[in-house]
Amino acid sequence: MNNSPYFLKPASVQSVMLRVLLALLPGIAVYVWFFGAAVLVQIALASVTALLAEAAMLKLRGKPVMMFLGDGSALVTAWLIALTFPPIAPWWLTVVGVLSAIVVAKHLYGGLGQNPFNPAMVAFALMIVAYPSLMSQWPAVGFTDFLPQWHAIFGPRQLDAITMATPLDALRTALHTADARATVAGVLGSQATFGNIGGKGWEWVAAGYFIGGIYLLQQRIITWHMPAAFLATLLVVSSGFALFDPTRFVGPSFHLFTGGAMLGAFFIVTDPVSGCTTPRGKLIFAAGIALLTWIIRTFGAYPDGIAFAVLLMNIAAPLIDMNTQPPVFGHKRKGDGRP
Amino acid sequence: MSALRQLFRFNGGVKPAYHKEASTTLPIAVAPAPTRLVIPLHQSIGGPPRPLVTTGDRVLKGQRIGGADGNVSSAVHASTSGTVLGVEMRLMPHTSGLSALCVVIEPDGRDEWMERQPFDFHAATPTATRDYLRDAGVVGLGGAVFPSHLKLNAGKQGKLDTLVLNGAECEPFITCDDALMRERADALLKGAAIMRDMLAATRVLVGIEDNKPEAIAAMEAAAARTGDDSIQVVAVPTRYPAGGAKQLIRVLTGIEVPHGERSTDHGVQCFNVGTAHAIYEAIALGQPLISRIITVAGNVGQARNYEVLFGTSMRDLIAPCAPLPDTDRIIMGGPMMGFLMPGDDVPVVKATNCVLVGSRALFPPPPPEMPCIRCGECAKACPADLQPFEMYWFSRARMFGKAQEYHLFDCIECGCCAYVCPSRIPLVDYYRFAKSEIWAREVDKEAADQARERYEFRLLREEREKQEKAAKLAAKTAAGREKAAAALAEAEKPARTPEEEAKHALIAAALERAKAQKAQVQPENTGDLSPEQQAEIAAIEARRAEIREQAKPHLRQDD
Repeated sequence: MNNSPYFLKPASVQSVMLRVLLALLPGIAVYVWFFGAAVLVQIALASVTALLAEAAMLKLRGKPVMMFLGDGSALVTAWLIALTFPPIAPWWLTVVGVLSAIVVAKHLYGGLGQNPFNPAMVAFALMIVAYPSLMSQWPAVGFTDFLPQWHAIFGPRQLDAITMATPLDALRTALHTADARATVAGVLGSQATFGNIGGKGWEWVAAGYFIGGIYLLQQRIITWHMPAAFLATLLVVSSGFALFDPTRFVGPSFHLFTGGAMLGAFFIVTDPVSGCTTPRGKLIFAAGIALLTWIIRTFGAYPDGIAFAVLLMNIAAPLIDMNTQPPVFGHKRKGDGRP
Repeated sequence: MSALRQLFRFNGGVKPAYHKEASTTLPIAVAPAPTRLVIPLHQSIGGPPRPLVTTGDRVLKGQRIGGADGNVSSAVHASTSGTVLGVEMRLMPHTSGLSALCVVIEPDGRDEWMERQPFDFHAATPTATRDYLRDAGVVGLGGAVFPSHLKLNAGKQGKLDTLVLNGAECEPFITCDDALMRERADALLKGAAIMRDMLAATRVLVGIEDNKPEAIAAMEAAAARTGDDSIQVVAVPTRYPAGGAKQLIRVLTGIEVPHGERSTDHGVQCFNVGTAHAIYEAIALGQPLISRIITVAGNVGQARNYEVLFGTSMRDLIAPCAPLPDTDRIIMGGPMMGFLMPGDDVPVVKATNCVLVGSRALFPPPPPEMPCIRCGECAKACPADLQPFEMYWFSRARMFGKAQEYHLFDCIECGCCAYVCPSRIPLVDYYRFAKSEIWAREVDKEAADQARERYEFRLLREEREKQEKAAKLAAKTAAGREKAAAALAEAEKPARTPEEEAKHALIAAALERAKAQKAQVQPENTGDLSPEQQAEIAAIEARRAEIREQAKPHLRQDD
């Protein structure tokens, strides 16, 4: 017989995870609309791999397999990997990525709730370091024919017709390697990959993730701190530099609506296990990720920096938490405690 | 008078299903006369009262059967007239299943009161009034059973701003305060006026959760009848645990009583509404605390509030409510903070505000515990603004020092964190475990310190004795030689400079002062006692030893 409290709110880890998956659906739908069904193949592939790996690891660790398999956390990791990897990546890239996330980043660190690093971002960072070219082949916007995409995933690969540089990649390459006269405005005007505010197609995917993020806020699964701090920091830093030198630094709408910014703001940065937990800590944590993301995007060798930024801030999370403990009831004010 | 006033908020809290309607459809009933009363002597915080009766004694209703042991204690009385069958160890209404000394009374059915005399507290000194309330057995009826006379003290300034009466009653299922306020508002407010006068308080704020409109209306009407503007009934938002003393004080006055301080330091004192009623009965009617209103609810055919004599068996109390056949447990208190009873044959005591009848269907066992995912729900729900998941990590890892750094002892065990946890972790159990481990270690450490001190002192004494013996021997055998050596040493010693002399004098003076201080500090507790006081201490020690002796076989059984 248990002790008090004797009745509990109907809440579970499973329901939290399932609602996170639900919140990803609008973004996925837009993704499929603009870039084809390949991403669904990747999601299926990642999900099956994740569940098998999760089951195997639970069995090896002597944990109740069905109880943990049903918690949905492996599926969230799998979906985030499928959504951050190129949808036309070869199947084994996704499989190896998922295995590194579930086996190494999650279970070798103690399983659910114990991992110091965001598993999906560990997978992304590992794969982009190991296979930079495969991780940079993205489908062209509007080219939604399924068969060539299927071949890209399962072979034989014929990529020329269906790939296109991502907006971030295109801009970075143009600004870094082309002649010194290249300007942001010139580059953005010259290539088909750029849309009205961010990347063509990508800006609408980002909008889909934003809607999902609002749902997560409404469901109180995440708090406002991290998305707000992340987006605000990215906005302020990119605006500041774009005002300072608009020929070399791209403006805020581009940063917010390309790459993984929206997905990151609501679904990746907000991972509770590997992030900060105190209100002030969450603000610092997410702002740090945004700042590092901007630095890596602008000066680094990789097109998007969110994965590295998240992993770097994961390391700092315990220290930030320790130094941002909120005041406890009765410890807030010196003196008579009147408001 | 009711008034719109600014309210403040505390962070966190939860809104569980309240289940309060079932027990408020019928008025308060008097519980059926029990065939036997088992009245525990120790029903309050503080020292256990000493038994004043022995087997075979005839007692009257309201007669004192347990005398307060010192000032931090509270008397216990016979709940009805009858014969004392014994003073013996009986199972207590506590999860531990431990027994304690109880007076067992067989009622004679005449329910014959002892002589009752109202107490004129206006004519009495405050100390006399407090002694009277101590001997009338009045304790806090919100559940903490802290002796009320100790709290009816106006504090450092000799007066208070606010007397807060706690009628929030935030725990699900419990409606005893609700029923009391609906039916006995006038008497309750008379008690409140007495308390206000004793505390020299300027105003009385009665805080009632706004899910009790009938109680609020009844109290407002009663407050209007007093014609006393200093008494205000305030509806507070319904949110568990709004009835926590610190939370209610915060909501009503905005004052957040700082850690380690008393609310009286900030001009506020807080009592349960039931306590105010008990004080009215004790002062105005001369009746000691022998019964209280108790909610019987949960897995029963008819939930209801009863006026119950202390010592009545819970089994007898719930019988008229028709507990359903799948009943599998009795909980004392509510579902959020209540305690599982070791059986249904335990007595009702002053701390019993609710007897909650439970079943597997009503309170299903929690699903298996999952790992913490640090989602922070617990921190959002915590009314003490703690980080429950951090305390959980450290409690679980037995890193009790770290758990204390995260303010483990500011936890009020309200259960909000465990209530919202999606991983179904019994968080409060971990805190209870950590707290008891820390207490146990402190006791162990104290014992070890004492033992070490004793051992070191013995070594010191032995060493000193050895030296004294050696010195005597040396003095006997070689007095002359020693004298010569000493003279030689003196001669060889260089003379001190005046500065050195001054320094030495200073050091010697400081040492002397320290010694004097130590000597002054020492006797504060034990010295300077009159022979009567010393005799009293000896008597108390003897009684304690006796009770310990009596408790021993029972304790061993439970080990």
